Amino acid sequence: MSQFYTQTDHFVLLPGLLLTLFGCATLLFDFWLVPEARYKKLLVGWLIAAEAFTGASLYRHTTYLADNGLTELVAFRGSLVMDGFSIFFNWVFLATAVIVALISYRYLEIEGEHHGEYYGLILLAQSGMFFLAAGTDLVTIFVGLELMAISFYVMVGFLRADRRSNEAAMKYLLLGAFSSGFLVYGFSVMYGMSGSTRLSDIAASFAARDPWDPIAFLALATTVVGLLFKISAVPFHMWAPDAYEGAPTTVTAFLSVGSKAASFAFLMRIFLGPLAASREVWEPILIGVAILSMTVGNLAAISQTNVKRLLAYSSISHAGYILLGLIAGNDTGLKGVAIYVLVYTFMNLGAFLVIVALRRENIIGEDVEDLAGLMHRGPGYAILMLIFMLSLAGIPPTAGFIGKYYIFLSLMQTGHYLVAVAAALYVAVAIYYYFRIVRSMFVSDVSEPTPLAASLGMRVAVAVSAGLTLAIGLYPEPFLQMAQTSLIR
Amino acid sequence: MDPILFFIFAAVAVICAISLIVQKHPIKSALSLIGVMGSLAILYLLLGAEFIAAAQLIVYAGAIMVLFVFVIMLLNAGEEKSPARPSWFAKLLGIPLMIALLGILSYVIQRAAPEGSLAFGEYTGGAREVGRALFTTYLLPFEITSVLILIAILGAVVLAKKEL
Repeated sequence: MSQFYTQTDHFVLLPGLLLTLFGCATLLFDFWLVPEARYKKLLVGWLIAAEAFTGASLYRHTTYLADNGLTELVAFRGSLVMDGFSIFFNWVFLATAVIVALISYRYLEIEGEHHGEYYGLILLAQSGMFFLAAGTDLVTIFVGLELMAISFYVMVGFLRADRRSNEAAMKYLLLGAFSSGFLVYGFSVMYGMSGSTRLSDIAASFAARDPWDPIAFLALATTVVGLLFKISAVPFHMWAPDAYEGAPTTVTAFLSVGSKAASFAFLMRIFLGPLAASREVWEPILIGVAILSMTVGNLAAISQTNVKRLLAYSSISHAGYILLGLIAGNDTGLKGVAIYVLVYTFMNLGAFLVIVALRRENIIGEDVEDLAGLMHRGPGYAILMLIFMLSLAGIPPTAGFIGKYYIFLSLMQTGHYLVAVAAALYVAVAIYYYFRIVRSMFVSDVSEPTPLAASLGMRVAVAVSAGLTLAIGLYPEPFLQMAQTSLIR
Repeated sequence: MDPILFFIFAAVAVICAISLIVQKHPIKSALSLIGVMGSLAILYLLLGAEFIAAAQLIVYAGAIMVLFVFVIMLLNAGEEKSPARPSWFAKLLGIPLMIALLGILSYVIQRAAPEGSLAFGEYTGGAREVGRALFTTYLLPFEITSVLILIAILGAVVLAKKEL
């Protein structure tokens, strides 16, 4: 091996490399081995095999770091890093991708668009997420971001005969490109300031300048706008409800969880790396954005009749809560962000799983009324949906409570009392609209007696999501330790 | 010689940029944009950045402008019918805002300029340096970009093919 691709480079790159290679191989296999539509579901097994290899290499990263007493291993001359943070987030992406693949095949069959490319796109999007979480170089991070984003643009428009899907893909593409433009502009100013694309060099050049220096502020402002677009925080949220509603529900689940977790990983790398020195500038901005996100997200969710739109607004408000952990900024807060992202992954995926199960032949099943009387026709799904709704609202003993608990605790520790009070008030608002869904399921009469679409993959996915949502709530210790290892040092 | 060339092509760039906005026919605007790109490429060349000058010509004046002209022809866009009159409100608000923006931009750029003056032809980054950087420092992003292009092709096929 040459000095430009050393063994360390290879070892650190391994998960991303595996995902990319398996993703490309999926496209080939699709043609050669499973040309017939009814065998396409075998590709789910193939995807799980890919994830098993990826998981094994992530596990090797963890043990390698532990055995050698390292906190990080840097590769590609500082372009890529393997630390607790990237390993933690990559496990989240892995879990998300597996669950999404499990629920997808039945849904895509019903929609009549079951193609192998879908699974290839999942793997390639996940490899983009890997580079987002592990990249420590602006160019690597940006290429990873686009890798993820372009895969998502295609997946959002995957139902080609459905006009809503086409429209959503178009809107998402245009606003995504727009926000990337902001981000790249900020990156270019950062490069101009420091003469380097490494996050550590940029951090040094930010630290050497006055935080209110116009150039530093220009770099900060444009980068922050781009980042907030990606996590769909108010006032840059307008793309989210339309994209979430129009996309195939399985893709909405992936988008609202995977893409958001990856964007948060990226955001944390930027805010805790280069922008750490300008905290006094961005802290008030982020407080404003977080409060606005919770306000708009929660209040707009109240009047929604489409469940996917409702969950889109609720995910906007969750982004606000996660930002609060970063605002507090102490160890509890950053641990809170990690644990919140983990919890949010399972509870939000779970809620979308139930919506996916409601999609049957000739029934769209996306309105709150479609959930009416679910208790009588699918009691299992109704009870699991109740768990997910309780968790999303943040009520103990579910996982959502643990996530919110650490966020609030960190706000108290750092003296952000007013912000904590506002955030707590919005929890009450959130309970109202989550319980509209619950009331519809348990109190209303059955409006549509057709049984739910259930498949083996769906059952496994729902069981895993609900199990973890309860497990993190009841026995959070191992998950807290995992989050503890994810702190950026 | 260099300063004279600089002023000539800087003037051409500004004139073309104004013409780009003022022209009513989209094809004329597109041609003005090519003028801007071309004169910018020459400015880069004056600074000694041959690679950027070539990339500017190939990527912007070549690839991107061809796309623009393609779309204009596909849409068969004719001469723009001007609205009755730009509103007073727009003029009242737009002109001061534009002046303010220009002022802020020039202030920031002035402040950011390094001490001392830059000489023409001082920059020495050519194709060789760019190539070396791509295969050493930026090896990883360079390789990931190939996957990015693959996904773009895949996406075009998935979204546009009639029968998958």
